[in-house]
Amino acid sequence: MTQSRTPGSAGGREPAEQAGRAETGGRELAEQAGRVDAVTADEMMTIAAARSLRDGQVCFVGIGLPSTAANLARRLHAPDLALIYESGTLGSRPDHLPLSIGDGALATSALTVISVPEVFNYWLQPGRIDVGFLSGAQLDRLGNINTTVIGEYDEPTVRLPGSGGAPEIAASCREVIIVMRHRARALVEEVDFVTSVGYGSGPQDRKVLGLRGKGPTRVITDLGVLEPDPETAELVLTALHQGISVEQARAETGWELQVSVDLKITAPPSPTELAMLRSMTAVRG
Amino acid sequence: MTKIVPLADAIAGLVRDGDTVALEGFTHLIPFAAGHEIIRQGIRDLTLIRMTPDLIYDQLIGAGCAAKLVFSWGGNPGVGSLHRMRDALATGWPVPLEIEEHSHAGMANRYVAGASGLPFAVLRGYAGTDLPQHTDTISSVTCPFTGEELAAVSALNPDVGIVHAQRADRAGNVQLWGIIGVQKEVVLAAKRALVTVEEIVDELTPLPGAIVLPHWAVEMVAVAPGGAAPSYAHGYYDRDNSAYRAWDAISRDRDAFSRWLIELKAVAA
Repeated sequence: MTQSRTPGSAGGREPAEQAGRAETGGRELAEQAGRVDAVTADEMMTIAAARSLRDGQVCFVGIGLPSTAANLARRLHAPDLALIYESGTLGSRPDHLPLSIGDGALATSALTVISVPEVFNYWLQPGRIDVGFLSGAQLDRLGNINTTVIGEYDEPTVRLPGSGGAPEIAASCREVIIVMRHRARALVEEVDFVTSVGYGSGPQDRKVLGLRGKGPTRVITDLGVLEPDPETAELVLTALHQGISVEQARAETGWELQVSVDLKITAPPSPTELAMLRSMTAVRG
Repeated sequence: MTKIVPLADAIAGLVRDGDTVALEGFTHLIPFAAGHEIIRQGIRDLTLIRMTPDLIYDQLIGAGCAAKLVFSWGGNPGVGSLHRMRDALATGWPVPLEIEEHSHAGMANRYVAGASGLPFAVLRGYAGTDLPQHTDTISSVTCPFTGEELAAVSALNPDVGIVHAQRADRAGNVQLWGIIGVQKEVVLAAKRALVTVEEIVDELTPLPGAIVLPHWAVEMVAVAPGGAAPSYAHGYYDRDNSAYRAWDAISRDRDAFSRWLIELKAVAA
């Protein structure tokens, strides 16, 4: 079980962090729903993220929230979802959630294990991966991700882990899905450091920069879903999870969040989804 | 011919003050025993290279062995931050630490270039990111055939490359399997290579997915049973996730870390 953290420590909230189950946002959502043991915000986020993966896709998985969601999808509606981890495991089918991207279970359950240069050069770089599944400490209105520093690079307020595989995942996967908790300090007008490019400074940037993938197509948070506007590439609110208001989402977004005219409400977790997720997180390594 | 020697002799013979040293192992087969011996021998001013400086580099940095860190992801996987690394960067304790930061793809390709005898590697990477402004070993190159601009990263050729493996035979041929990371690349890129192994065997039985490093590509082999713990050695022991979680509290506090360091130095390799 992961330890829960106070929101105050979250400047250092890292992509490595696993889905906690007792987050403040989760309790709020549960209370609003009037059921103390109801679905937490993190559970809703993980289930919504899992639903966005389709069976038969090839998915490059970052550790933490994305890994939980991808493995949930594989256990539910996408048994043939192929998971690739940057440690070189292709087609991993772990029987428990890994703590790190190199856990033994990822290798023993894999179709094959390859070297790290091969993962990046043969599989990711040429565009063989359908979906990159990422998280981040900061995300901006144009989908750029920061996992490097909060503040100035040379004298940061918070030193984050750095790039890992994310920049090339964001560049080369056919599309990118981002999973992260919705907080005003995390969803910011402009990231302090561009670790991984979303849409750069505007809708033309990916083409100019020679980035071959489409870029981030959806951001799934514990409050709802954001998608890029087709004209401006700015992330707009396209769905809210049950019990969340537009005002709440706006209050937790660091830019003036636009709302889609076709705003949807996420279907609540089914008993099957919830039971599977809870059985998985209960036995985390 | 590879020399099979005690670990303390291997470190004393291969690693010198001021060297550039890469201890690799991508979450698996992390050469903890070798790193701890570097700490015990008090080797200083090292440029430490590693894609994922996890606990072992946090320990080396906290012990004051490092002057510079070359890396692409510095965290305690699944747990949080490397607090000794953060402390050294923020306050220079116990000694100032310089950094050279890349992405995983960049680092992997730097090792490939080093192993291939090339001065740099080419990749599709870094475009639009802020790293090239801060890292002078990232540049660009124009393809002579298509005119396309691509990222270029300088080769890594560490003075010493250190990896852990499952086993070696008596001639010093090394066999490893499971997640193989950049083990082969760092051994071939390094000027001097040390491999620590779980055991020496009479014969290396072929295994699915295993790679072999011939004895003439490795300077020294040292037997270090459990030498990758608390990471793991596929087929020998599992990752000790509780040790990774426990490190968080030890590394947050200079006194707790200093006590850990005294205990480490009290135990011979």
